[in-house]
Amino acid sequence: MAISIRGLSKSFGEFVAVENLNVEVAAGEFFSMLGPSGSGKTTVLRMIAGFELPTSGQVTLFGEDVTNNAPFDREVNTVFQDYALFPHMSVLENVEYGLRVRKVSKKVRTALALAALAKVHLSDFVDRKPAQLSGGQRQRVALARAIVVKPKILLLDEPLGALDLKLREKMQIELKELQRELGITFIFVTHDQDEALTLSDRIAVFNNGKIEQIGTPQELYETPATEFVARFIGTANIFSADESLSMFGLGTKTMIRPEKIEIGNEGPEGTVMESIYLGSSVRLIIDLNGIRLVAELSASDNLAKTYHRGAKVNVNLSKSDLVELK
Amino acid sequence: MKNELSAAGVTAIAVTPARRVSSFFYKYPKNRLRALIALPALWLGLVYVAALLMLLVTAFWTVDEFTGNTRVALNFDNVISLFTDPLYTTVTLRTIGIALGVTIADITLALPIAFFMSKVAGPKLKTIIAISILLPLWASYLVKAYAWRSVLSDKGILQWLLAPLGLNTPGYSLWGAAITLGYIWLPYVILPIYGGLEKVPGNLLEASSDLGAKTFTTLRRVIFPMILPSIIAGSIFAFSLTLGDYITISIVGGPNQMLGNLIYSNVGTANNLPMAAALALVPIAIMFAYLASVKRTGALDNL
Repeated sequence: MAISIRGLSKSFGEFVAVENLNVEVAAGEFFSMLGPSGSGKTTVLRMIAGFELPTSGQVTLFGEDVTNNAPFDREVNTVFQDYALFPHMSVLENVEYGLRVRKVSKKVRTALALAALAKVHLSDFVDRKPAQLSGGQRQRVALARAIVVKPKILLLDEPLGALDLKLREKMQIELKELQRELGITFIFVTHDQDEALTLSDRIAVFNNGKIEQIGTPQELYETPATEFVARFIGTANIFSADESLSMFGLGTKTMIRPEKIEIGNEGPEGTVMESIYLGSSVRLIIDLNGIRLVAELSASDNLAKTYHRGAKVNVNLSKSDLVELK
Repeated sequence: MKNELSAAGVTAIAVTPARRVSSFFYKYPKNRLRALIALPALWLGLVYVAALLMLLVTAFWTVDEFTGNTRVALNFDNVISLFTDPLYTTVTLRTIGIALGVTIADITLALPIAFFMSKVAGPKLKTIIAISILLPLWASYLVKAYAWRSVLSDKGILQWLLAPLGLNTPGYSLWGAAITLGYIWLPYVILPIYGGLEKVPGNLLEASSDLGAKTFTTLRRVIFPMILPSIIAGSIFAFSLTLGDYITISIVGGPNQMLGNLIYSNVGTANNLPMAAALALVPIAIMFAYLASVKRTGALDNL
């Protein structure tokens, strides 16, 4: 295991940021920690990096207990949220820094740094200062600086958070390619569920300092374990235990994804409250006997575009598409 | 539109003279700039630069030995004597020596205090330290010098503290003066360095540590280059204020003199204003040389 975390807790005074956390991450995995702000995901990352020491519990990296090691005594490197580039150094000097403190000779470290910068497509900017770069370029410098020292694990703390949408999508693909090329473990912290779904092999969903569920993107989307996961990842129609009992004869809270709802000739009748055209799909907000449902139909289905506000439609909720929630 | 507003009881905006002035300056932004800068420029030009220039010129005048009146005629004797008269050269070197010593001691003390304040202490402790640094600034300079006179005296607290270690108080001497000056100027060195450290984001220290640098390497390669301009700003305070001092040295310096004393006695008892002006050029020249050398290191480029 690249990372084993056992019984990890962290309190700041009265506030419990992380509570009794257990995670295992395999070598070479792209592992995301997803959750709203304040859910404890960044605190876990900081404890893996060594910036925070846990209140209790254990962090093991490749079998070595590093729980109380300083950051410079761990084989992990971090890409910071706001990049944390050294403003008084050029791009090249920034990337060389980790090699310099390891006493690598000038010639070798320049060659390695230039190679790392080439990998992130920044060869033309080596002499600039960080202040002269755009956000996306700074992001790449931070990446190059972290990977040049060949860490076994790379920690990324919301690295794309400050970039605009188009650039973020581009960087997502580059990150994924980089991870495949380097073959090292990436631990990726984000609050953006799309980003987590796009990039990750596995995702841990955080809420209030605890992990709600760990799974592949598909598992989390198709079989969320809790209401929180169902709501946080994708859109969900959630029925309370009472509603489930009356509608499906199930005594637990249940959920169905919008695209699993069939609109056609079968099932109870509902009223379209809103019809939203999204390009590839059409989203309908339907009132079904006082229950608000979100359904999503493919826009290639020509019928879908004919459902306007006020239209009566038959809603078919198949029991096999329901997911029981804890 | 207008009618609707007046119908609703909203009166039109009156065209007052103040309003016309505002409109004028809005239309001609260059005049606005001129009006804004006129007063400060007048102050700087007349009161400050002119006075300094007068000082420069006076240094090349001389005093009639018989009447004691200032004679307005170009004369280089004063300036030459600065370099030849052993009294002046000794006192100049002594003053530079004390100023350098005080500056280095203050920076050495200020760095850890400012670092602790900025990066280690919590908000409450930070406030307490800030107040204890600022509080002495509100007390009179003279009071502080006299307080040190008591501390440094043969029966003072320093003697009492040092005696068990087999040491003695430096008493009223150059050392006493240097210690007192170092104490008085310390806040002026801590504050800019603290300000500089506040501008170093904490995550740079984390990034450095993350990349494998131990504490000392981070201090040397990340923090020091970033706060160098602040250290220099602090050093300018300690250095220039010490160069010009003549009160502390008279109170706790024993019989020793600094440049300030020579200037003071030339203005007063010796009645030799041109010589005083010539002597006043020395600290100015030293400060110019210091600033020029600092500028050459490039430390001021990122101000």
